[in-house]
Amino acid sequence: MPESVSNITAQMPRAKLAGLLLFFLGPAVAIYTLFSIYPLVATMALSTYTSDPSGARYFVGLANFETLLGDALWSKPFWNAFGNNLIFFAVHMCVQNPIGIALAGLLSLPGLRLKGFYRTVMFLPTMLSVVIVGFSWNLILSPLWGVASGALKAVGLGSLFAPWLGLESSALVTLSLISVWQFVGIPMMLIYAALLNIPEELIDAARVDGLGHFRIFFHIKLPLVLPTISLVSVLTFVANFNAFDLIYSVKGALAGPNFATDILGTFFYRTFFGNQLQLGNPTMGSAVATVMFFIILLGLCLYLFLVQRRVRRYAF
Amino acid sequence: MRRTFKAAMGAEVAALALLAGLASAQAGSLKIESWRNDDADIWNSKIIPAFNKHYPDIKVEFAPSAPKEYNAALNARLDGGTAGDLITCRPFDASLALYQKHQLDAVDGLKGMDNFSDVAKAAWQTDDGKTTFCVPIASVIAGFIYNKEAFAKVGVSEPKTLEEFHAVLEKFKKDGTYVPLVMGTADQWEAATMGFQNIGPDYWKGETGRANLIAGKEKLTDPQYVAAFKEIASWAPYLGSGFQAQTYADSQNLFSLGKGAIYAAGSWDISTFRGQAKFAMGAFPPPQPAGTTDCYISDHTDIAMGVNAASKNKEDAKKFLEWLTTPEFATIYANSLPGFFSLAKTPVKVEDDVAATMVGWRQNCKSTIRNSYQILSRGTPNLENELWNVSAQVVNGKLTPDAAGKQLQDGLDKWYKPAK
Repeated sequence: MPESVSNITAQMPRAKLAGLLLFFLGPAVAIYTLFSIYPLVATMALSTYTSDPSGARYFVGLANFETLLGDALWSKPFWNAFGNNLIFFAVHMCVQNPIGIALAGLLSLPGLRLKGFYRTVMFLPTMLSVVIVGFSWNLILSPLWGVASGALKAVGLGSLFAPWLGLESSALVTLSLISVWQFVGIPMMLIYAALLNIPEELIDAARVDGLGHFRIFFHIKLPLVLPTISLVSVLTFVANFNAFDLIYSVKGALAGPNFATDILGTFFYRTFFGNQLQLGNPTMGSAVATVMFFIILLGLCLYLFLVQRRVRRYAF
Repeated sequence: MRRTFKAAMGAEVAALALLAGLASAQAGSLKIESWRNDDADIWNSKIIPAFNKHYPDIKVEFAPSAPKEYNAALNARLDGGTAGDLITCRPFDASLALYQKHQLDAVDGLKGMDNFSDVAKAAWQTDDGKTTFCVPIASVIAGFIYNKEAFAKVGVSEPKTLEEFHAVLEKFKKDGTYVPLVMGTADQWEAATMGFQNIGPDYWKGETGRANLIAGKEKLTDPQYVAAFKEIASWAPYLGSGFQAQTYADSQNLFSLGKGAIYAAGSWDISTFRGQAKFAMGAFPPPQPAGTTDCYISDHTDIAMGVNAASKNKEDAKKFLEWLTTPEFATIYANSLPGFFSLAKTPVKVEDDVAATMVGWRQNCKSTIRNSYQILSRGTPNLENELWNVSAQVVNGKLTPDAAGKQLQDGLDKWYKPAK
């Protein structure tokens, strides 16, 4: 069938084809250019300027980037934020995605009752506003009136409780886990949808061969949904390196204690918009945003060239 | 260039005055930009009606933004030419930058500006003190608010010295009914603003120390600053359990629910507590360190108002600003918002007893503004951000007082060269 479509387009007069293309692609290209490409290019352009107290801007080439990566005053907080961001990502990869896969596996078990109910409940946090999530968890974990310390005491583990969100050693991991709790529904849904696509005959054949649920999952289902899992990983990577809102709503723009929860998003926000007496610096902020863009771009390229090409897809 | 600019401005003002004169029968309108969205009700129901009694033809609209977004939103609106006619001014550099970008007009010529002292105006002046660009509205005072019932129950009275202060805290700790001192470090600024800047001025002698710091004659590693850090570090055992994760809202709730004895306070907390707390409250100024006689309080200039240089209705905007300098406005403001104190020289009668107590400290103690605010928070690293960070760490016990002073001074030395 595809051949016939290209035959049709080949026989079409040039002008008509161009008109058709413009009609179908034009709106999308226009909107994408206006709201994605233009801001991106404008940000990159702005990052090559600096401004003086009167507000006038001067072109400085790559000087902002030299300062950001070469001057310890800027590079130290930048690499600190980058490191924290890697931890944030690692927690999501090691906790969120395995749990998402496991939940999807459980949901796709034949004969499970109340499937729709579980699916909705587990997806609910994803739909909550991040401010509500941050506020609720702040209260749950509060050492003053949170339920966490009471719940731990009730099972005899009261001594394990600590003000996790306030300690340098645990604040970042705690926040990462809150984010995992909120977003675990997304890998679950995507992988669940992929699992549903696996033909019943394959599963039936495996069962006839004498495999249990567990081995069916690991040897049949999991390899078949690997492309989806790698897609989920990439989505996680992009979302994590753009993350900002949860940290900001729980810890504020100064991401304490001692910048232990500072990630690239909050570092960018402080630089671009300022904080308390620190005045916003849009040109330097744009440089931070540009570096963030290249970090994500680099991550995506690595994924495309090293992972995507090797993932085998099965057509049913 | 400057001159032509000024001449153009003059011409513009004259033209506007003419227009205003011609259109005087027509109602002018003013829009106020502010971050005080909490106060919208008071502006709409009390302040603006009072202004309209004098100028019934000027329609005033109070259009606040959320405090966190205010600076960014205001700058965007000023750059885009859609900002209101009257701009509520943050203290120091944020507003100075607007003046330098010619987005705020000078207000020196206004009637009533002589009703403010130099310290009151300092937050909205050029560095040389020659030009003022906002009319001062209010300051906030730091100190300690306490639960009178708790004090009566445990049998202690207001501490005058730090020694007495520690004895009181110790007594509350032994008693165990109340959290002795309510302050958290999760939001960091509590430790800096209500800790370090609250008890500190007695150590560095208020304005004297602040001026010396700017002049480079004192360093943050000097004993008086380290001693202030030592003092706040010694509070940790008296704070609520898990204070490292206690946010500012937690602190407010802890005290207003009657679970805390002493609250490291800013006067702006008074109106919140009035609405929520069911017990009698009192206030005492920062207790004095051993061997000091003069007392100092952090009486921080916080709010002012200026004219948008691009406003189309400057004549009316100036009328409004001139009205802000009158005792009538000061009385309405100070009493509708207890805890925000008028900066005018004419004394204002404050009805709220806690607010009256706090403003009464001005009689015996010398006022000073927070030492990190003027000039010193202009570079990278930003001194105020650093101060939040190290103060919280000192209270958390993660940083020694000496190391805190060193980190601040090292950061300052990287960019700040005092004028010789």
